[in-house]
Amino acid sequence: MKICITSAGENLDSSFDSRFGRCQFFIIIDTDTMKYKSILNDGNISPHGAGIAAAQQVVNAEVDVVITGNVGPNSFNVLTESGIKIYKGQHNIIKDNIDLFNEGKLELITKAGKSHGGI
Amino acid sequence: MNISILSGKGGTGKTTLATNLAVYLKSKGYKTQYLDFDVEEPNGFIFLKPNILNEIDVNVKVPKIDEIFCKNCGLCAKNCQFNALALAKDKILLFEKLCHSCGLCSILCPTGAISEVERKIGKINVGEMGGLTCIEGKLNIGEPMGIPIIKSLKKLFKNDYINIIDSPPGSSCNVVNSVEGSDFSILVTEPTRFGLHDLKIAVSVVKQNKIPFGVVINKSGKEDSIIEDYCIKENIKVIGKIGFEREIAHKYSKGELLIENETMKSVMDNIISSVVEVD
Repeated sequence: MKICITSAGENLDSSFDSRFGRCQFFIIIDTDTMKYKSILNDGNISPHGAGIAAAQQVVNAEVDVVITGNVGPNSFNVLTESGIKIYKGQHNIIKDNIDLFNEGKLELITKAGKSHGGI
Repeated sequence: MNISILSGKGGTGKTTLATNLAVYLKSKGYKTQYLDFDVEEPNGFIFLKPNILNEIDVNVKVPKIDEIFCKNCGLCAKNCQFNALALAKDKILLFEKLCHSCGLCSILCPTGAISEVERKIGKINVGEMGGLTCIEGKLNIGEPMGIPIIKSLKKLFKNDYINIIDSPPGSSCNVVNSVEGSDFSILVTEPTRFGLHDLKIAVSVVKQNKIPFGVVINKSGKEDSIIEDYCIKENIKVIGKIGFEREIAHKYSKGELLIENETMKSVMDNIISSVVEVD
């Protein structure tokens, strides 16, 4: 399974970023092989519609799951319309969140949070 | 002639001066229009109480995607500079409040699935009070962009009239668009550090737009030097002072005009002699 997690840095030891549209990096990881790559979030530099730009990038990366903190209404819409499930990260380190996800301990986010949560 | 009234800091007295000046000019026989450009929260009509004669809808263009023709190529979403379109798994999503009506998506669409349709974002009320034309722009609640309403308001300027532009507070796009092209700007401030701080920003807005301007100190009193020292240093003309008077505050709180007030009259007479008659 391919998952995307919002991160402040580029590797699995980085800090988790609870913001979706305004996080620095997305870490895309294949949970079967634990191979990963990090991509810069274009949304972070968007003056408007950061969440939409970020969500578009994640949709383009063809992930099944997103782990983040808060997702605004616009990005929630783009992600769920693309069939991506969103889970709430619990730990401040990337790889610990992935472990929690693999153990089934992360909570599914079923509705959009407040907009402009990352500013 | 277009006279804009701005301030930087909110609550310094833009609307107080703009509404009274418009009524006063009209009473002196000048052909005058009052236009409230503070489209996010216009309040000039509270004081002018005009009879509304006409309501004009303000619409913007947004894309409409025909799903029968859309092939989900994503070209529109990829090229939208405002992130107003996104390509989800099997459909295009539109976020209309982010759209700037540039029309690029409808030009680019290879299957012609995108047409442009009108979306109402607010309205303009045109009214009349004692022969004075009173106009206000009103942006719908929750709408992020007031500029289309400001542009529509500007089309209502009358050439042979004095158009009094009651600008929004601050120094945002809304303010710049409101005051751009004015023949004169009146910067209303108050003698506080905060008033001075924002006055400096307002001064830079009018200077950059090469608009001649003068300062009016409202709530004037013993702290006036905060503003006056700055104006002397920058060679800026103080064209009036409105005292921090109980009578003014009392009438304002009841939504009444102040054209009978002596200080107000002298400030407005000075504006007429130094701005209107010079033109």
